[in-house]
Amino acid sequence: MLTKRIIACLDVRDGRVVKGVQFVDIIDAGDPAELAHRHAAAGADEIVLLDITATHEGRGTLLDTVHRTAHELFIPFTVGGGIRTADDAAAVFDAGADKVSINSAAIARPELIDEIGQSFGAQAVIVAIDARRATRGNEPIANAEVYVSGGRKPTGRKVIDWAREAEQRGAGEILLTSMDTDGTRNGFDCELTAMVSDAVQIPVIASGGAGNAEHFTDVLNGGRADAALAASIFHFGVTDSRALKTALRDAGIPVRLPC
Amino acid sequence: MIAVIDYKAGNLTSVMKALQYLHADAVVTADPATVFSADKVVLPGVGHFRATQRLASSGLTEAVRASIAKGAWFLGICVGLQWLFEGSTEAPEAPGLGAFPGMCERFPAGIKSPHVGWNSLESLRTDSKLMRDIATGGFVYYTHSWRAPIIAGTAAETIYSSPFTAVIERDNVMGVQFHPEKSSTVGITVLKNFVEL
Repeated sequence: MLTKRIIACLDVRDGRVVKGVQFVDIIDAGDPAELAHRHAAAGADEIVLLDITATHEGRGTLLDTVHRTAHELFIPFTVGGGIRTADDAAAVFDAGADKVSINSAAIARPELIDEIGQSFGAQAVIVAIDARRATRGNEPIANAEVYVSGGRKPTGRKVIDWAREAEQRGAGEILLTSMDTDGTRNGFDCELTAMVSDAVQIPVIASGGAGNAEHFTDVLNGGRADAALAASIFHFGVTDSRALKTALRDAGIPVRLPC
Repeated sequence: MIAVIDYKAGNLTSVMKALQYLHADAVVTADPATVFSADKVVLPGVGHFRATQRLASSGLTEAVRASIAKGAWFLGICVGLQWLFEGSTEAPEAPGLGAFPGMCERFPAGIKSPHVGWNSLESLRTDSKLMRDIATGGFVYYTHSWRAPIIAGTAAETIYSSPFTAVIERDNVMGVQFHPEKSSTVGITVLKNFVEL
């Protein structure tokens, strides 16, 4: 039986894992390679490393971090942040990533999805969507909007339309982050996740707002997410994948429990 | 020596990292003579079945055929397993090796595809060398949209909508649809079994 995935996310800046609330108040949370291996040992199903500086000058540091993190990491490993061309993606794959996550660059030039997919396969391309519910009108979820630049800049595109385009262009998965819930630890945006999950035939990873095991149960059931991503919930010992997955199993959700 | 075939399909980094972790004597090669001289051959593969056409055009298909015929161990991973069949509807113009009968087909409409994530191994064949020490229900990582049919050579199944071939094995010819290099301890055990043959 296909299990629901729990994905540990590491936001990395200048080679260190950091965590902020809604992208501000950044604090240091440790070494990426060390944390990735700790998550894997505790039963995380995948690791996502997001380079939140994503500057041109920082690429060397990032590739070194990817290389160190991928070493003897035998679960899927995704890298995102600052990937603007198929060559950028190739460098990250060479450093040991299995998938890339693209966000702003795909909005700016959607053909990037096709290009990376054609070179490395659809399974290697995750399109990350930062979404906010619409603040005007009667349908805040159906009209939820795509944001870029770390959630600061509205694009005018509807989340549902962009998710469908990403699928058509060959994305293998959608990583959907709710900017409304991200960092709050009050739960995922289940309604938004369900809408996107129903609109596409590719897996959807829910992100933003994880605070306890029940939040994961909600988004994997009612939100119809195929996977859920969490960062800060793990970093500071709130829970680990083993405890989280045990709780999910007890709630009737199929998960892979670590040996 | 293990020859890991490079045919420009996806990246080989993860497979090589796992083999190095197991202290295997593995080399990445696109040279038919090197493939033929190896006592073990690994054909990784992610991406489109069409990419396997490069195996034919570069002489690697014939090198693999000869290698298998002389008794070398062969392991196909993901598209590498699918290539052992007659072909795939993903690229009907690209014939597979034909070591096993049947065509690979896409998952039916109505279920999410690609099939991404950790799924369990079922109906393990007890005589499988590749599945030694692997328990029924063990989880492995998949990411694929096409799958191989269940046939006599099937050594393990996985169910996603319906059962498909997770592992194929007949004498020295083996394949896995999942990614052992990304399947944690279960996957590393599978690769260890192959390395130790």
